[in-house]
Amino acid sequence: MKPKTALSDCALRVICKMVQEIMATSQAQQLKIVIVGHVDHGKSTLIGRLIHDTDSLPDGKLEAIQQMCERRGMPFEWAFLMDSIQAERDQGITIDTTQIRFKTAQRTYVIIDAPGHIEFLKNMITGAASSEAALLLIDAQEGVKEQSRRHGYLLSLLGIPQVAVLVNKMDLVGYDAEKFGAVVEEYRAYLKEIGVEATAFIPVSARAGDNIAERSENMPWYQGPTVLRMLDDFQPRPPVSDRPLRMLVQDVYKFDQRRIIAGRIEAGALKVGDEVLFSPSNKVAQVRSIEAWSVPEAPTMAVAGESVGVTLETQIFVERGEIMSHVDDAPAETNVFKGRLFWLGRNALTPGSEYLLKLGTLECPVVVERINRVVDTEALDCSDPKQIERNAVGEVVLRTRRLLALDEHQQCSATGRFVLVEDYVPVAGGQIAMDGYPDQRNLVTVRSTNITAVGHAVTRAARAARNGHEGAVLWFTGLSGAGKSTLALALEATLFTKGYSVYVLDGDNIRTGLNANLSFSPEDRAENIRRVSEVANLFADAGFLVISSFISPYRSDRERARAAAGGRFHEIYLKAPLEVCEQRDPKGLYKKARSGEIRDFTGIHSPYEEPDAPELVIDTSVVSVESAIAKLLDYVKSFGADLERST
Amino acid sequence: MSHLDELEAESIYVFREAYAKLKSIAILWSIGKDSNVVLWLAKKAFFGHVPFPVLFIDTEKEFPQVYEFRDQRIVDWGLNYIQEQCPPLDEMDPTLPPAARLAARKTYGLKQALSKHGYSGVVAGIRRDEEAIRAKERYFSPRDDSGAWDLRDQPPEFFNQYMTNFPPGIHVRVHPILHWTELDVWKYTKRENIPLVDLYFAKSGKRYRSLGEQEITHPIDSTAATIDEIIAELEVTRIPERSGRAMDHEAEDSFERLRAAGYM
Repeated sequence: MKPKTALSDCALRVICKMVQEIMATSQAQQLKIVIVGHVDHGKSTLIGRLIHDTDSLPDGKLEAIQQMCERRGMPFEWAFLMDSIQAERDQGITIDTTQIRFKTAQRTYVIIDAPGHIEFLKNMITGAASSEAALLLIDAQEGVKEQSRRHGYLLSLLGIPQVAVLVNKMDLVGYDAEKFGAVVEEYRAYLKEIGVEATAFIPVSARAGDNIAERSENMPWYQGPTVLRMLDDFQPRPPVSDRPLRMLVQDVYKFDQRRIIAGRIEAGALKVGDEVLFSPSNKVAQVRSIEAWSVPEAPTMAVAGESVGVTLETQIFVERGEIMSHVDDAPAETNVFKGRLFWLGRNALTPGSEYLLKLGTLECPVVVERINRVVDTEALDCSDPKQIERNAVGEVVLRTRRLLALDEHQQCSATGRFVLVEDYVPVAGGQIAMDGYPDQRNLVTVRSTNITAVGHAVTRAARAARNGHEGAVLWFTGLSGAGKSTLALALEATLFTKGYSVYVLDGDNIRTGLNANLSFSPEDRAENIRRVSEVANLFADAGFLVISSFISPYRSDRERARAAAGGRFHEIYLKAPLEVCEQRDPKGLYKKARSGEIRDFTGIHSPYEEPDAPELVIDTSVVSVESAIAKLLDYVKSFGADLERST
Repeated sequence: MSHLDELEAESIYVFREAYAKLKSIAILWSIGKDSNVVLWLAKKAFFGHVPFPVLFIDTEKEFPQVYEFRDQRIVDWGLNYIQEQCPPLDEMDPTLPPAARLAARKTYGLKQALSKHGYSGVVAGIRRDEEAIRAKERYFSPRDDSGAWDLRDQPPEFFNQYMTNFPPGIHVRVHPILHWTELDVWKYTKRENIPLVDLYFAKSGKRYRSLGEQEITHPIDSTAATIDEIIAELEVTRIPERSGRAMDHEAEDSFERLRAAGYM
């Protein structure tokens, strides 16, 4: 017999049942919201007010704060409810995010109070990143301030879809509709520029309680929702189970006889028996089982959000950092991408710097190749992109040595975002864009098996002895109009006259035959170059000096061509400024590109990546054709054969 | 996925990150309801295995039921159990209030254990909703070699990326159930049927809501004698969870001082 003092068994059982019913409906109904805005625009006050007005305060908390205020001789502040750390009370500003819960009839809210002081931006980001919606506060008296703008931009970079703007301290401006209208107009225009749309603008006074839980009698001119009503209208993040499958491989376990590949499904769904692809190793296997411990029955499928483990029918080597997907709808593969990022590092971000890239569960070194633009959240114009200062936002091009598997952020957020680490500390976060860069998956996928290369009856040395020189690839790269074709043909004629076995592979010629099925999309350009580099290699095998004359804008493609040709690859960069090439425009292509008749034109719509360490550079904007040929001839003699001297 | 499923998946992700990235870590086991859930989640994350040593810092002042429960669980769960004793009270900072001073023993016991075993980190079952300062914690929280926590300069955490690389001399506290609430812990304990010390269940109108050393832990008024009744009670209570923990109430900043010095 258990002693009962407060409630009878019967009453308790009734409460239990009610609670279970409420739980069933309200459990999923939890929404994380972040409150952001410029320092002192009233975030903590709003939160104090929200938890008080929804009757969510623990007993004695309000009294304790009131007593503390009396003891210290300060006026009561709602904000003190939040700042229960002594240090924060002393400074009067929130320094780190805090989480507080409150309930409305509809659901539970986890409310994240994020500091508004720029010094604590990384803490604001920590709080905001996990939220599903945001309330952004602007002081009606002060109007739109620097952090109002910056926070608005960061919410979009963090991928937070719903933002309500609260124009606070309306009591201090006499509940003036025009003051409210002016702030709304200015901020709405700003949000539009950065591609964000606010869900609502609400005039409030957090201190006085206007339009928080109750409609304000002081502002009859406002017809929209109260803050609580607005919150209840926010939607949880839509599930991503119907998207292509993405699982980040965290680890491979062998605690017992099972070899379990562990990770979380970030998007899509997985079934036992599915054929899955691991990227970027590009290995395929079939799922034998989905493992789980202490569950009623072994799962046969799993969906986005679940942390799972799978075993495979065939033992393939898979490691942490790979992405598991279905064979169709695989992630892209590349070693270069564009990142829109916020920068938190103490030192500015500069081109050429190396950081540690964290992309899902993968970590590898990454170099900032270029800063495309810096966004000044004050003026929104792009200042001189030499560096990205602390707490600023910008777009950069990032390059790794190894191949990465990733998605564009709009395709899949979990595999389309990244973090940069410097000296152990995360210093940047951003979203991935791939416009202008090819998916390299097709270039590295080997589709034929059971192939054995044969040796030749005639050796390389024998061919070189007959020709008087080794085979080699002279890889001309540069913008359209830089002089590649002109110099390639002139050099071919000169070398031929001197007795060399020489042949030019030219862009337009190859594209009318071997590569006639390829377009100018980034992927097809990459495939174009892959085929050319293989052909060039075969010619070099046959003993020829091959002059290949292609724009070949992507460094990764040229590196692959270099690898294909073994040690006999010579990258020759024909350098000329875009303006010069455009002026020359020998084929009229720039004109067509500018008029929009041609798309994906290098230098105009898609990038040209300058060679890192070419064997030879010739600036054709200052050097004549004759002296360029002389330089090229000298170079050919230097690396291999001087037929003039040997005859 | 239900709310509990989401919480579980997140905790498992954090656990697996810790296992993949940290060289030598232990799970800190207080034998209370939260650290039992942490051990359970480890078994979920690692498919029935707990691939870490499980460290108990003994104050020698715990309830007898706690010691009994511990002995049973070590066998049933197949734990790699490691126990270390706390230093004597008179070695503790005399400026701390009495209960906080008692609690500080645990902090020093932990520090000694960490350096003795050379762990680069510990997994602890703290939650954001327990206390205002814990609300500011990170999943991966670096400490310097004195165990101190720099609340004012914490690494950012976003996009499910944590600070998992550390310079020498830094060790890390990993908090896999940081995002859970007290109610979540009870609902999950019920769903998964996780064993518990029976001090949590009411006897003679009293039960313990949070377990610490006998001298500084007080029971609350309650008739909740089953998990369902505890859940019903917590759904409507307005009293904070740690109200029975004396050291939280001695001074406004006791808890912050303890935390900064390395208290869990």
